Amino acid sequence: MNAPRALVVAAPGTNRDRDVAFALEQAGATTEVVRLGRLAAEPHLLRGASMLVVAGGFSHADAFGAGRMFALGLTSALGDELAEFVGTGRPVLGICNGFQTLVRAGLLPGALGHNQSGSFQCEWVTLDPTPSRCIWTDGLEPIDCPIAHGEGRYVHQDPTALAAAGQVALRYRENPNGSVADIAGVCDPSGVVLGLMPHPENHVVVRQHPLWSRGTHRGLALGVFERGVRHARGC
Amino acid sequence: MAVGARLTVWSIGPDPRGADLVADARTLGFDWVDDIRPADLFFLDGDLDERGRTELESLLVDPMLQHGTWEHHRAGRGEDRGAHRAATVHVVETSLLPGVTDTVADVLQHAALTLGVDLRRAATGRRFEVVTHDDVAGDEVQRLATRLLANEIVERAAVGLIDPPFAHQHSYDGTGLVEVVPVRDADDAALSALNQARGLALDPAELRVIANHFATIGRDPTDVELEMLAQTWSEHCAHKSFRAEVELPDGSVEAPLLARLRDATDSIAAPFVRSAFVGNAGIVSFVPDVTVAVKAETHNHPSAIEPFGGANTGVGGVIRDVLGAAHLPCAVTDVLCFGPTDLPSERLPPGVIHPRMVHEGVVAGIADYGNKIGLPTVAGAVLFDAGYTANPLVFAGCVGLARAGDAAPVLDGPHPGDLVVVLGGRTGRDGLRGATFSSATMDATTGDVAGASVQIGDPITEKLLIDLLREAAGSYTAITDCGAGGLSSAVGEMAESTGAIVELGAVSLKYAGLTPWEIWLSEAQERMVVAVDPDQLATLGAHADRCGVEVSVIGRFTGDRRLIVRAGDQVVADLDTQFLHEGRPRRRLAATPPAPRRNGAVPAVDHPAAALLALLAHPNIGSKESVIRRYDHEIGGATVVRPVVGIERDAPADGVVLAEPDATTGLAIGIGVNPWYGTVDPERMARAVVDEALRNVVAVGADPDKVVLMDNFSWGDPRRPTTFGALVAAVDGCVAASIEHSAPFVSGKDSLNNEYLGSDGERHSVPPTLVIHAIAHIPDADRVVTPDLKAAGNSLVLIGVTDAEFGGSHLGMVLGGFDDPLDGTAPAVDSRAPARFRRLHRLLVSGAVAACHDVSEGGLAVALAEMAIGGRLGLRVDQAPHGDPTVAWFAESTGRFVCEVPADRAARFVREFTDAGDHAVVIGTVTEHPVLDFGAWSVPLDAAVGAFTGGPRR
Repeated sequence: MNAPRALVVAAPGTNRDRDVAFALEQAGATTEVVRLGRLAAEPHLLRGASMLVVAGGFSHADAFGAGRMFALGLTSALGDELAEFVGTGRPVLGICNGFQTLVRAGLLPGALGHNQSGSFQCEWVTLDPTPSRCIWTDGLEPIDCPIAHGEGRYVHQDPTALAAAGQVALRYRENPNGSVADIAGVCDPSGVVLGLMPHPENHVVVRQHPLWSRGTHRGLALGVFERGVRHARGC
Repeated sequence: MAVGARLTVWSIGPDPRGADLVADARTLGFDWVDDIRPADLFFLDGDLDERGRTELESLLVDPMLQHGTWEHHRAGRGEDRGAHRAATVHVVETSLLPGVTDTVADVLQHAALTLGVDLRRAATGRRFEVVTHDDVAGDEVQRLATRLLANEIVERAAVGLIDPPFAHQHSYDGTGLVEVVPVRDADDAALSALNQARGLALDPAELRVIANHFATIGRDPTDVELEMLAQTWSEHCAHKSFRAEVELPDGSVEAPLLARLRDATDSIAAPFVRSAFVGNAGIVSFVPDVTVAVKAETHNHPSAIEPFGGANTGVGGVIRDVLGAAHLPCAVTDVLCFGPTDLPSERLPPGVIHPRMVHEGVVAGIADYGNKIGLPTVAGAVLFDAGYTANPLVFAGCVGLARAGDAAPVLDGPHPGDLVVVLGGRTGRDGLRGATFSSATMDATTGDVAGASVQIGDPITEKLLIDLLREAAGSYTAITDCGAGGLSSAVGEMAESTGAIVELGAVSLKYAGLTPWEIWLSEAQERMVVAVDPDQLATLGAHADRCGVEVSVIGRFTGDRRLIVRAGDQVVADLDTQFLHEGRPRRRLAATPPAPRRNGAVPAVDHPAAALLALLAHPNIGSKESVIRRYDHEIGGATVVRPVVGIERDAPADGVVLAEPDATTGLAIGIGVNPWYGTVDPERMARAVVDEALRNVVAVGADPDKVVLMDNFSWGDPRRPTTFGALVAAVDGCVAASIEHSAPFVSGKDSLNNEYLGSDGERHSVPPTLVIHAIAHIPDADRVVTPDLKAAGNSLVLIGVTDAEFGGSHLGMVLGGFDDPLDGTAPAVDSRAPARFRRLHRLLVSGAVAACHDVSEGGLAVALAEMAIGGRLGLRVDQAPHGDPTVAWFAESTGRFVCEVPADRAARFVREFTDAGDHAVVIGTVTEHPVLDFGAWSVPLDAAVGAFTGGPRR
């Protein structure tokens, strides 16, 4: 099978780009990490790619709000190319800071505010996929993976309508940050763009699970990336 | 006075940050505070038309989360909207001091450029609306502002509207402003006056040597030369006390402490040690073609006066140490020592920040740097003791990896002709004299005079440096970090064997107006210095461009062993590198050896169940989850054993294990620290904490024959013979333990003078604090063991000997201590321990052990409780390891482990040890029944969980 080409886009302060590149390779993609600056200068890189991942981290130190500066750079440099990329049905994934960025860039609905606790939280959560249009979670079993964020509280004025529109992809089994309706991940109306706060890229081999030393092998999150890769193959 | 606009950004609905502030205010005794509503301030200076405002507002305000209010701002005037909203609302506004790095403002400038908005200057601040139920005097509000809302070391606070904090524009060009300091004819009194006035922190003998040196070369030093000598010869950089000859009461003179540690490492001659006690970090190699760099640093003084910035830059500094050893950082550790967070405000010494605020600030500072730079903060400890109230301690460690063998870049420079190149952040007037400051005793006014010695870090800039060094390895011949002493220290060290000529005009500055010595000594963060072959400069530049890292060529390495610093056409320093590095007179320090009592006193325990619960609830033993959760310990996907383990992930791990997701081997990190033993018996303390660090890595599956150690001493003033004597005893303990276990020390750092001279005239010194890091090889990353109990029916085996050792014990602490605090004995080490560790390791990797936990603070009962909490299982103990129940359950004897093994294999497991003449005994069984049953007494599991997870008093 041909290995789809995945671009992992990074801004100054992006720091989970290598983690997500590893996950994509485990799922069968060939990956390249590209800084936004270079991507803006060489937009053909985007045209030549069959999937795009906006990796997590602290782009621009979360100055005046997580993802805002990254989103500004992304839209001002690549707004049209990005719309075209999505328009042709190629999958896009935003994780943590990447999710915050895609929301600010207008590709995903809602907003992300400070955690209810008021501080950064790093802990493992269980995510339940909900019936949705999302190609990244279609038929996915529940997954376990860590959160690591300070601004992960999902806000939306009408979560019921969002769910009815098939755009709620993942919910927290135990809500860690006060997100409305336990929403952990949402997709765009077409279902090819997924954004989520937790880090599936940090649970793609069984040894990464915190209960693995107790013999627990559950909730591997590799399936998220495998679905993205499978869809990208069709593009 | 700046004219422009200010945008105040409010959270829609309660701002989660407000609740924490109210809680803090209450602990600090501000009972009149009902609520605090924080908002973010943006000061925007420029001709902002309607479009400009709209663009900026859409960037700064997310309409789903926030709303913004614009005001024209004229400094000092403007309507106080908050106060008008309600009579009982007091407004406090804060902002960074001019010159303190405001990264948000920098990003905002960058954004304005992208948006095509004319923004000349930007700055940020915070607004707080403090709601009270009754009228409060203005000075009370002012007190709240400076105690809780702002730290005047780096921030300003105003009751009402604050002026825009734009950095002052310097009208003059400071380069050229060089002062010649007359020392040649100065007598000792004049020299010591100079020492005081410039805060040089030099000894009289050193001042005399400097004066004589310049007398012989026939001129007086410039301020640049004098400051450089003071920095190079500072305790912080030169480790004078560790290099000092040791004079005993009988007049005999013994080898310096550093030499003793080095000799021990040499005598062990471990094949996996690549570099010990040289350069920025220790370097080892456990597997072919991969080397590991390890380093641990202290950042105590800065953290005492500005907890966030101090801890923040402490992490940044130790990461640069690993970068300076040409390794890529992969994990961070931290050990924190604080005063009691519930200390009544009236008992707080003058000029000291409340331990609760120090705790908050330090943890936030470490989280901010580690999380943003993208390194997992994996191992650590948090200790509380009244002795740390005025001198909190912050130890930060870093581990890095590099490829060894043929593929590795050659770093044999600097060569004469190589360029002196500065990478990363710009240089400002920040962090001046940090090296000398950290080597001096603090007093009630230190906060005022030392303001410039603390900064706030910029982890993103350092992240970009890591990206660059990952890509550009091979384009430089030598590298070192800019830490204490700034360029003076970095270039000075690199040029020791070659000499160099530097042009200060080429150093890229944050703002104009710095004098030459300020540029040379500035400790602005996030800078590295590399030596670059001129032919490689273009390559390096191209990489730096892609990564967004600034590069300045500031000079070249020569070959004449002279360090020449120019400012334009003026030579501002011209020093013989020989004199700079070897000219310092060697110290000789008097040591009075401690005389520990070492008696077998045992505290009286009437209610063992209550004692166990009190131990589990003690801040030093209770769960540190609330702190650990604020650090990203998952990034990298390599954290196999985390700092918290078990079903509910709230039980303590022994060591942590790192292994790349696709690797078969890994690294274990263990930490040992116990200042309470140090108070009663420094030598046994050292041996006990080395033993603890080793137990921690062995317990998770590390190979005791492939382990290295790091030492970090935080001590009082070594010029006091009893204090130095305790330090000598501790070092001798380290040496003995290192040799017994064939575990070589590869790196160390001492932070002395951790004393506080209160305006009451009393000296407050920290307890003798030694932090030991053990870094060990994990031969099979798929065979690691955690302490949480796995299955009912398994047997519990205690390995090791239990004795009446209660000196400095936590049982003593929770019972209020012995009548005489020096009573009891700190635990001795067991000569059988090294063989025991190896035997246990073989059994762990064979898969014979379901759970393993070392026995430390609180003794066997606490160790068993922690295992039960981890597995949420009960246990029944039917065999006491000692005739005296208090000794059996609560003694802190070293060298012990509890192992959970299948019942049918327990007898054979025990024989493995007893046949070899060692001690091991089946003490009990894991049960479904959720009770910790010690026979004569018991504790319900949920009571133990409740006590333990109460965590440190906050």
